[in-house]
Amino acid sequence: MKISSRQILPAMVLLFGACAPLLINAYELSLLGRFLALSILAMGIMLIWGEGGILSLGQGVFFGLGAYALALHLKLEGLNIANGDMPDFMVWSGVSALPAFWYPFASPWFSLACIVLIPGSVAAAFSWLVFRRRIGGVYFALITQALALAFSTLLISQQAYTGGFNGLTDYSTFDGYDITSNFAARVIYWITFVLVTICYFALRWLLATRWGIMLRATRDGENRVRFLGHNPLPYKVGAFTIAGVLAGIGGALFTLHAGVVSPALVGVVPSIEMVVWVALGGRNVLWGAIAGTLLVNFAKDQISSALPSLWLYGLGALFILAVSFLPAGIAGLFRPGSPEERVVRRMLTRRKLETAE
Amino acid sequence: MQESAFLLGQVFNGVSVASLFVLAALGLALSFGLMRVINMAHGEMLMLGGYLAYMTLAVVPGPLGLLVALPVAFLGAALLGAVLEFTIIHRLSARPLDTLLATWGVSLILQQAARNLFGAIGVQVIAPGWLDHTVAISSGVLGGLTLPDTRIFILLVAAIVLGAIALLLNRTRLGLYVRAVNQDRPVAAAMGVNARLVDLLVFSLGTGVAGLAGVILALLGPVTPTVGQSYIVPAFLVVILGGLGSLVGTTIASLIVGLFTALIEIFVDVSLAQVLLLVFVIVFIQFRPQGVITVRTRALEG
Repeated sequence: MKISSRQILPAMVLLFGACAPLLINAYELSLLGRFLALSILAMGIMLIWGEGGILSLGQGVFFGLGAYALALHLKLEGLNIANGDMPDFMVWSGVSALPAFWYPFASPWFSLACIVLIPGSVAAAFSWLVFRRRIGGVYFALITQALALAFSTLLISQQAYTGGFNGLTDYSTFDGYDITSNFAARVIYWITFVLVTICYFALRWLLATRWGIMLRATRDGENRVRFLGHNPLPYKVGAFTIAGVLAGIGGALFTLHAGVVSPALVGVVPSIEMVVWVALGGRNVLWGAIAGTLLVNFAKDQISSALPSLWLYGLGALFILAVSFLPAGIAGLFRPGSPEERVVRRMLTRRKLETAE
Repeated sequence: MQESAFLLGQVFNGVSVASLFVLAALGLALSFGLMRVINMAHGEMLMLGGYLAYMTLAVVPGPLGLLVALPVAFLGAALLGAVLEFTIIHRLSARPLDTLLATWGVSLILQQAARNLFGAIGVQVIAPGWLDHTVAISSGVLGGLTLPDTRIFILLVAAIVLGAIALLLNRTRLGLYVRAVNQDRPVAAAMGVNARLVDLLVFSLGTGVAGLAGVILALLGPVTPTVGQSYIVPAFLVVILGGLGSLVGTTIASLIVGLFTALIEIFVDVSLAQVLLLVFVIVFIQFRPQGVITVRTRALEG
């Protein structure tokens, strides 16, 4: 089999991803792991926003649902519930008995199923209710933002049941396995890496199917799709549900890496930040979503700890510049024929001419 | 306190919150009707109004400072709005979702600028003496009902602004242009209406009104860099409920949101009230997806 040059770069990226635990130190690995977890969510945003034309400013909600579904279990791990044991924060809040909705999460399998089922069903129900009345575009974005606000304030206010503003933290084991050791960190990284790869190829396949074509058709001309006798609703609700599930999986993995989930990760501001990762990376290209997530988050890690106020100015400028001048994102720079690519090529050829002279 | 007085007090609170919402949402709704874009930095116009009031009162102390602060805040916010429209929103107006993101970037920058200039804790504007009273009813069916002067002042400002805008829209040449562009931009432009200028004027008028709302906010609590954020999400919901660029719709929707919040807070806490408000909006659009007032148009894609 002949290997073309177009296949070398992706193969090298995959190889680096798989070997990263052996190449970089534990701190860098933990950052890479959590940013890869976020990139699963970003691929979901690429699906709904880039391919479906649906802007959601509330992906943090589904991220949070997945994260809390796992965190609830991690908090119960090692406690003897039958004996009346409760997570530490409940004892501090003076709760007398474990709330009923916590009980099923004692089972790791129930909790794992919920990571997918809760965000998926909430996303399906919510988007069906809104899309069935043909509400989309800016209206949908604003409603999802209200959803993110309501979700995060609810989490904060129900201190006794959700850990409030501090969220849920301080985990030790999952199903009896220690999750705090260095070895566990590598295993969690590999799980994340494999899931990112699976999601990437699954979405690539999905977008190439008839379903993917219909989703793009709905984005470009919803009424035309209707006139041709198709109902756009299943495509929009389906895409939004998949994006919700991806956000939930990303949230659960992020919680494992970071060892914490809190309302500060799921509210209005983080939800809209998620969109800028994809805007910068490229909303129509899957690898763009991943690259944008890694790029923005590593930059944030570097800048925000040293100069927090500079980071916020930078983030604001990034929003403005990315959508004004780089609508196809970084990935657009590499796509033949895109306006960005043409600008770059013109710059390059001009330079060549100058050097030739 | 008697129950009827308490209930009436909540209704009064709801109406006064509603009048804030209407001032905050008016600019959003008018520009949305014209250009189909939402300015996510609109909340920061409230913030700007609040800080301008604070600075004006530092320069002009005394009882009349507030009356100076109102036009200052209006002009300041309108100017910033005009700059924003000219530099960013107009360039992106063909892509409404991208405008949302770009203006969110503006909002982040403005918040951080306020944080650096005035500090994160916020500043306090003290209401002048003539607003420092409460109208209290001590006897009768409504015994125990108290109406703070600041809240009555809010109502007055909102009523005056609404009246002025209604006059502007329905009785002036500019208003005629606004309604024409609202109904059909290409035809209005073909008839010689400078649609570009109408966009700019309406947008900066809307941000100016938000600046006024900011002055009023400053009377109710400290002005912080994120003060606009707490009012802007309900204002967005008002725009959704109100219908495309309709003054009457926006006013009714503000009253619905304000009264709903105030009355539901009798039974549940503030955070749950927020959740229920969202549920209410989602249920409401099941029945009236185009808002309380539907502007009839022949366009298929609005």
